[in-house]
Amino acid sequence: MTTYAYHPADGAVLSGHQLTFGYRDHPVACNLDVQIPSGSFTAIIGPNGCGKSTLLRTLCRLLEPQHGEVQLQRHPLAHYSGRELAKQIGLLAQSASAPEGIRVLELVARGRYPHQSWLRQWHQDDEQAVTEALQMTDLTELAHCRVDTLSGGQRQRVWVAMVLAQQTPLILLDEPTTYLDISHQIELLELFHALNHQGGRTLVAVLHDINQACRYASHLIAMRAGCIVAEGSPNEIVTAELMQQVFGLSCSVIPDPVSQTPLIIPHRSPIWL
Amino acid sequence: MNSAWWLIGSRQGAWSWRVNRPTARLGLGLLLLCFALGIWSLYLGSLRLTPEVIWQTLTQPGHSMAHTVILQWRLPRIVMAWVAGMALAIAGGIFQSLLRNPMGSPDVIGFNTGAWSGVLLTVVLFKGSEFAMALGSLLGGCLTAGIIFLLAWQQGLARMRLIIIGIAISALLNAVNIWVMMSASQESALTAVLWSMGSLNGMTWRKCMPVLIGCIPLILLCLSANRPLRQLELGDDIAQATGVRIQSSRLLLLLSATAVAAIATTMTGPIPFIALAAPQIAARLCRDPSPSLLCTGLTGAALLLSADLLAQHALEGIQLPVGIVTISLGGLYLLILLLSEARRSSS
Repeated sequence: MTTYAYHPADGAVLSGHQLTFGYRDHPVACNLDVQIPSGSFTAIIGPNGCGKSTLLRTLCRLLEPQHGEVQLQRHPLAHYSGRELAKQIGLLAQSASAPEGIRVLELVARGRYPHQSWLRQWHQDDEQAVTEALQMTDLTELAHCRVDTLSGGQRQRVWVAMVLAQQTPLILLDEPTTYLDISHQIELLELFHALNHQGGRTLVAVLHDINQACRYASHLIAMRAGCIVAEGSPNEIVTAELMQQVFGLSCSVIPDPVSQTPLIIPHRSPIWL
Repeated sequence: MNSAWWLIGSRQGAWSWRVNRPTARLGLGLLLLCFALGIWSLYLGSLRLTPEVIWQTLTQPGHSMAHTVILQWRLPRIVMAWVAGMALAIAGGIFQSLLRNPMGSPDVIGFNTGAWSGVLLTVVLFKGSEFAMALGSLLGGCLTAGIIFLLAWQQGLARMRLIIIGIAISALLNAVNIWVMMSASQESALTAVLWSMGSLNGMTWRKCMPVLIGCIPLILLCLSANRPLRQLELGDDIAQATGVRIQSSRLLLLLSATAVAAIATTMTGPIPFIALAAPQIAARLCRDPSPSLLCTGLTGAALLLSADLLAQHALEGIQLPVGIVTISLGGLYLLILLLSEARRSSS
């Protein structure tokens, strides 16, 4: 294992150094440096296929980088066992599948896996974590319902509850709001905001809606074609030029009348047929 | 939230297990059923013994006729049915869960055909004894499974690929088997065909013991891997993100499921349908889509014991191979399942 004389900036809980990652012969990103500030709600934005989700997967070791290393609290990820890492980083994956007929309580309880062992399968801590996770996601009443009878928004909340029950200081969210209607999107983002602010957890989310990212995230990472184009707080970095650069979108940026964060208003670009 | 669970051990202590109540009830019920079926099997037969005589025979040593019948003939057969039923059902449960396919079971994906090829070759080429046949079955089955796994493994388990390659290899081996049979003597062909039907007839401790020694540790190993198996059902990403070492867990589960089915098959021959149906029946009984492997195993044991009771006593004076009973029951079961599900979806 190569060691790097590399020290992430103070306050970075998770960082990648000189990362090259991707699938087989198709590197998605080359020599990428990335830092997730401790206690932040970081949103990764960028066009489809720019490597956002792949970066997220690399950060939690679902994907091994071909080059470079990811450090969690200044220790390389390779130093953590699967179970140790699962106590530090939780993931809301896109590809989650609920076994047919499983009930909410049972699915949420499976988030406790890294805290349990063959001998200790159900501890007081497990019960408490599951109860709390159900409360935070407002699922206590639905605890005994079958997951496959719930609506899309409720189902996504069940998966969030499972990650919360895992009780990790860091949570990675892979497109958590995709396929949800606007009210469920806002509901979920408010929950993430509360987890970040009151729960003190560090969140990293891949988000598609830039206006939502600007409103809820404290730190933005803007990516294009496997490179980080800009990073910083939304107020600092989001400009019409950046949007042009990242998305190739011509737009105006005005202050959000509700939250005073940047609001993107795309210009029209008529297509002449 | 406590109502649905029983807790064994202390919530604060170093060890504590949580058992789903319906599952626990069902498990206890199945255990009792297995014992009841076993006792009934001890009782039934051409030599009818009173319960008192059976009890005396079991508890006191002796050399009477009853001792021979009970301890040397009937008991090993029952124990074998328990263990083989459990082994096959657990293997089926693991395969179905890992492949996410209710048709995934060692007998469907070509593994039994390989075992039969091994037996045919030992019988035809070496005129092997029963133990040589067992060895042939073990080698044939494991070799076939190994080839199927190797061909299907693509940076991890490719589920559909495994099933299709299994079916293809199975078809190939079937052709080989028929060819070997055609060129074999009548006597050895008959021996091989009898083996291929799957039977508990003529079970003795001498045949039963090696299977028990092989199967019981593997059954325990499989049961202890129940938690990662369930976690894997949530998808690879979630399983890994919650701390399961997905590739090694999956490989361990596949190998032990294959081995346990292979060892159970050596002495009895392939008994169809148990591995396929027991997990499905257990899931319906538990009302739990992923029933615990223990319940699945107990369901398998109860199934095989009942099938063997039928095989021995359904037709007066004729002992059928249990495989014929299980396959008929299996056909019936699948029909009922399909019809009831068709009715439910149409109403």
